Amino acid sequence: MPVANIQVSETPLVLYALRRADDALILGHRLSEWCGHAPMLEEDMALSNIALDLIGQARELYSYAARAEGGDNDEDKLAYLRDVRQYRNLLLVEQPNGDFAQTLVRQFFYSAFADLYWRAMMTSRDTTLAAIAAKSEKESAYHLRHSSEWIIRLGDGTDESHARAQAAINHLWAFTGEMFAVDDGERALIHAGIAVDPGTLRGRWLTTLSDVVSEATLTLPQNDWMQQGGRAGRHSEHLGHLLSELQSMQRTFPGQTW
Amino acid sequence: MYTQALNTAETDDRGLEDAAKAARFQARIDAEERIEPNDWMPAAYRKTLTRQISQHAHSEIVGMLPEGNWITRAPTLRRKAALLAKVQDECGHGLYLYAAAETLGSSREKLVDAMLAGKAKYSSIFNYPTLTWADIGTIGWLVDGAAIMNQIPLCRCSYGPYARAMIRVCKEESFHQRQGYEIMITLCRGSDEQKAMAQDALNRWWWPVLMMFGPPDATSQHSDTSTKWKIKRFSNDELRQKFVDATVPQAQYLGLTIPDAGMTQDADGHWRYSEIDWTEFKQVLAGNGPCNRDRIAARRKAHDDGAWVREAAAAYAAKRAQRQTAQAAE
Repeated sequence: MPVANIQVSETPLVLYALRRADDALILGHRLSEWCGHAPMLEEDMALSNIALDLIGQARELYSYAARAEGGDNDEDKLAYLRDVRQYRNLLLVEQPNGDFAQTLVRQFFYSAFADLYWRAMMTSRDTTLAAIAAKSEKESAYHLRHSSEWIIRLGDGTDESHARAQAAINHLWAFTGEMFAVDDGERALIHAGIAVDPGTLRGRWLTTLSDVVSEATLTLPQNDWMQQGGRAGRHSEHLGHLLSELQSMQRTFPGQTW
Repeated sequence: MYTQALNTAETDDRGLEDAAKAARFQARIDAEERIEPNDWMPAAYRKTLTRQISQHAHSEIVGMLPEGNWITRAPTLRRKAALLAKVQDECGHGLYLYAAAETLGSSREKLVDAMLAGKAKYSSIFNYPTLTWADIGTIGWLVDGAAIMNQIPLCRCSYGPYARAMIRVCKEESFHQRQGYEIMITLCRGSDEQKAMAQDALNRWWWPVLMMFGPPDATSQHSDTSTKWKIKRFSNDELRQKFVDATVPQAQYLGLTIPDAGMTQDADGHWRYSEIDWTEFKQVLAGNGPCNRDRIAARRKAHDDGAWVREAAAAYAAKRAQRQTAQAAE
């Protein structure tokens, strides 16, 4: 029975697309968990909308990774038949939804980066990645606006919302450093003009964060110890549970068409 | 997703109101004119519509739960995106139905509170569990199919905001129905295991779906006034029969068997179904369906857990308004 994990030839380009695809899918999946359970109907709509954008980005990136790999894999095999050690997403995006503040802070940290990242990627020499970037940039700009507005509302709302937002910032801060890390394979893609050096985005990312967080009367943590590992498949314990749910149909009924 | 004929009869209190206004109102209805929010209307008309539209809105929102149950487990990325978009549509329907109800003078908060308190009804169908992926196909095919049958006539309902909301809702429901049927086609063309999954889902959903059209005409209490006011244009049994006639050939095409051994086709081509178990329907309406408690508990939890978020948004909006006033005064 073909329930075994697929093998992926992780060339630098395949791995690069896969990492971004995994970010988008896992964050999209997390947001979709809110559907039907959000604090207000408008947020059921908004969080689902953002989830749909991210799942759409994931599908394009997986398809591109599969084409770049040139084998039998496709978007569904890449999403449903890799185990936790084969997933390449940031630790940030797999963190549980927690309360609404934790979900929105996670989104804010990620979208503030994604917005800059996709805008920069629009000039990638890889035309497919540039095209995906052009679409994703528009979506990310809205995601950033939505999450920024919530950070300000929660921070400058009630004592309780302020405390919850600050706790979420403090909790998630250590997962932000990974967004700016680069390994040798990525460095080669950066030199080739295919990828963007995320380090060059960090200053503007921090400015966005500082502006929003200070308007929200919140503060960014001083500690700079950062968790790493997601890009190499060393995840938190949370991802395995997410994948067992996400992949349950494909693992239970292997090789069927749905 | 769906409105159900659950209204009980309103006391006809038009006698207490201006008879001339009432006569003019009925003349407009008879002339197929739309009644708009600022128009005069009998109190009972307002009350009946508020109840029907809000029940419909509650059904959309509670209806997000059984399908939402499969968003995180959808078998492919394409199915996952389609299901999430579908459930999001249901939420949108709920939102503009609440808005339509608000034009009659009741706030969304008040209407939602009544639902959470168990005082307002929603469609009985959402009190059944979604156990397999085939349930998602079956809900799209049959539950949305039944909803369309019920809602198409509501596009011509005498109350303007409701009728206009229904036009958009029906377009989306029609898309959902095709999507659901396409899931069923895929399953029925798949492995034996998948086909068995499809048949099992049909077996479980068939009778509850027939109950969606409400009690039989012989026992229905409210149809007269609703018909006179052109809120309702077909009886429960008429709509149910139309649905059955449309659905049987679809099941045949799939190669599935309707779980009604006594079903026969009469000389006019109508498919005559066996007696519906109205005891089950009454039990589900009374709160004893398999999922009634879970559904209300899930909605209450979302409402309670979200209270601090809504308070924060309100507090921030108030602070901002205050700052803007202060700035303007400077």
